[in-house]
Amino acid sequence: MKLSGWGNYPQIESTQYNFSSEEQLCQIVEEHQSMAAFGNGRSYGDSALAKNSIVMKNHNYFLQFDERNGVLEVEAGVLLAEIIEAFAPRGWFPKVVPGTKLITVGGAIASDVHGKNHHVSGCFSESVISFQLLLADGSIVECSRDENKPLFLASCGGMGLTGVILRAKLKLKKIKSNAIVQTTIKTENLKETFEAFERYKSQPYSVAWIDCLAKGSSIGRCLLNFGDFAQDQKFDFVQKKKLNIPFNFPSFALNNLSVKAFNWLYYHKVLNKKSTKKVSIDSFFFPLDAIDNWNRIYGKNGFTQYQFILPLAESYKGLEEVLSAIAESGKGSFLAVLKLYGKENDNLLSFPMEGYSLALDFKMEPGLMPLLEKLDQIVIKYGGRIYLAKDSRMSQSTFESGYPKAEEFRALRKSYKLTDKFSTLQSQRLGI
Amino acid sequence: MKYVLIVGAKSDMAKAIAREYAKQGFNLYLAARNVNELEPISNDITTRFQRVVQCFELDLTDFDSHESFYNSLPEKPAGVITAVGYMGEQKNSEVDFEECHQVIDSNYTGNVCLLNIIANDFEARREGFIVGISSVAGDRGRKANYIYGSAKAAFTAYLSGLRNRLYDTGVQVLTVKPGFVATKMTENMDLPENLTAQPEQVAADVFSAQQKGKDILYTKWVWRYIMLIIKNIPEFIFKRLSI
Repeated sequence: MKLSGWGNYPQIESTQYNFSSEEQLCQIVEEHQSMAAFGNGRSYGDSALAKNSIVMKNHNYFLQFDERNGVLEVEAGVLLAEIIEAFAPRGWFPKVVPGTKLITVGGAIASDVHGKNHHVSGCFSESVISFQLLLADGSIVECSRDENKPLFLASCGGMGLTGVILRAKLKLKKIKSNAIVQTTIKTENLKETFEAFERYKSQPYSVAWIDCLAKGSSIGRCLLNFGDFAQDQKFDFVQKKKLNIPFNFPSFALNNLSVKAFNWLYYHKVLNKKSTKKVSIDSFFFPLDAIDNWNRIYGKNGFTQYQFILPLAESYKGLEEVLSAIAESGKGSFLAVLKLYGKENDNLLSFPMEGYSLALDFKMEPGLMPLLEKLDQIVIKYGGRIYLAKDSRMSQSTFESGYPKAEEFRALRKSYKLTDKFSTLQSQRLGI
Repeated sequence: MKYVLIVGAKSDMAKAIAREYAKQGFNLYLAARNVNELEPISNDITTRFQRVVQCFELDLTDFDSHESFYNSLPEKPAGVITAVGYMGEQKNSEVDFEECHQVIDSNYTGNVCLLNIIANDFEARREGFIVGISSVAGDRGRKANYIYGSAKAAFTAYLSGLRNRLYDTGVQVLTVKPGFVATKMTENMDLPENLTAQPEQVAADVFSAQQKGKDILYTKWVWRYIMLIIKNIPEFIFKRLSI
């Protein structure tokens, strides 16, 4: 069947393999090449697109929970949404969640996802105690920071290229409410934006939406949201009814004008320089999950999310350059998300480093690729890198200059005979 | 806390329904032919929602065992949901009556035998709900699956009569007619995405229809209209079609 990531670009013809027991999975893995586990299909680009897909979504049993230390063991196909639904009302929450909760635990580990609290809590792997990994030869090994450490460091952020993650033990954190106290700061330019991030660095969760069509002295103006769980001991988490986009929008729906109008309205609807209110978990962490299939607004040709990060010292200069290049090109993005990150971890291919990251959505259209290549050059020049979980088009050399441990990762793949067994469009394009 | 009995609890749809009811605050009795196979889902639900889940062995085609099974439940349930369904291979059912019989007994006779017992209890108690998972396949016989379809049609008619009988006692009977659902039963079929429901969606629909006291639920809802069209195609045309 046709398979694509969340960006609907690119598409691949892929054979789906379901399994009902580990023995059956071992057999499938033994008999095929060019495989990859496929979770809920929320990575944007081609990182989960393989000729042969192992369907993980149905493997979603909760296995055990230890009330004393918050350690939860689940199968890899469990969605973060399911964990939140079951545990938020009981006063527990995943330590790290990205901007969507509709991802599997296996996918969260393989992309080593991060969220609004990266600057204080790090990546998803920080919450992973251990997981079981099926290797190319059909053996299943336990991986943790003590056991099979090289495999642990390679698999967290390893884009599923080290085998199939079957089960994982995660540490949840205690929360005192199911509400978030959120503050919004409105800034006028990039300098103010950076100052605001610095000033509120001690806040556990923070992220900014940037008006990427602003030009000249307004470049980098933003709405910075930060906050933390409330303390009110109210645990009233309810799943709201979702809106749905039932079909692809025609490709002209998102054009320069509509994106400009959206950006202008979004920025100007906030009147105060600083405002505080109580919001729900869903609206603070996962605003887009409220609309099923929101990716369809980009039309049938799909879109790409361009997310890069720059080292702290170079962030200001680099961002200014990137934002100018985008504003000049006139190719606006609905969602331009800026965030300050904390220290880099030891995983071989994890994206975060200490600095600022910007994520932008672009509709697939003529003229986009040259712009993105231009942005690549700026990112490389300042020592940055591009997020694999969102990428569908960067070149091998861009990848290699951003990920200094790429060679170590390749060597590990080779030594475990994983290279041909597990491969995706992305791994082939980047020569991983 | 009240118990809901789920029969045929090993299927993907039943698992999703079990999770939904547990999430909404019910304890569960799960019944299936092989009780050991219920262990993972039972453990899953206990871990997620901290409900009491008890598992029972029940072969729906072993009619004589139904009475003692029902009497063995520690506390009578507030409702029963039967999700037993066996499609088999239509071609096999045509040539092998054993297989054909199995399809009929699993989808119809077995349900009748068990629900007769439960209906009598609910009628006497003047409370309870009965949810039968039938199928859109029962709305009109097609060559692709008419053995299965005819058993579901009979089950649909049974539920309709039962609803009529129990109306005065306040016992609710809900007939569920799922269209395509993405489960193990259909994993090798190439189903159209817009017409195919996920088991979780079916479960949420079932819970909400049952709580609202509905009689008949098509899920996804669009199947009500698809079947309306299919039912209204004149027979002289219908007999020529391959749908």
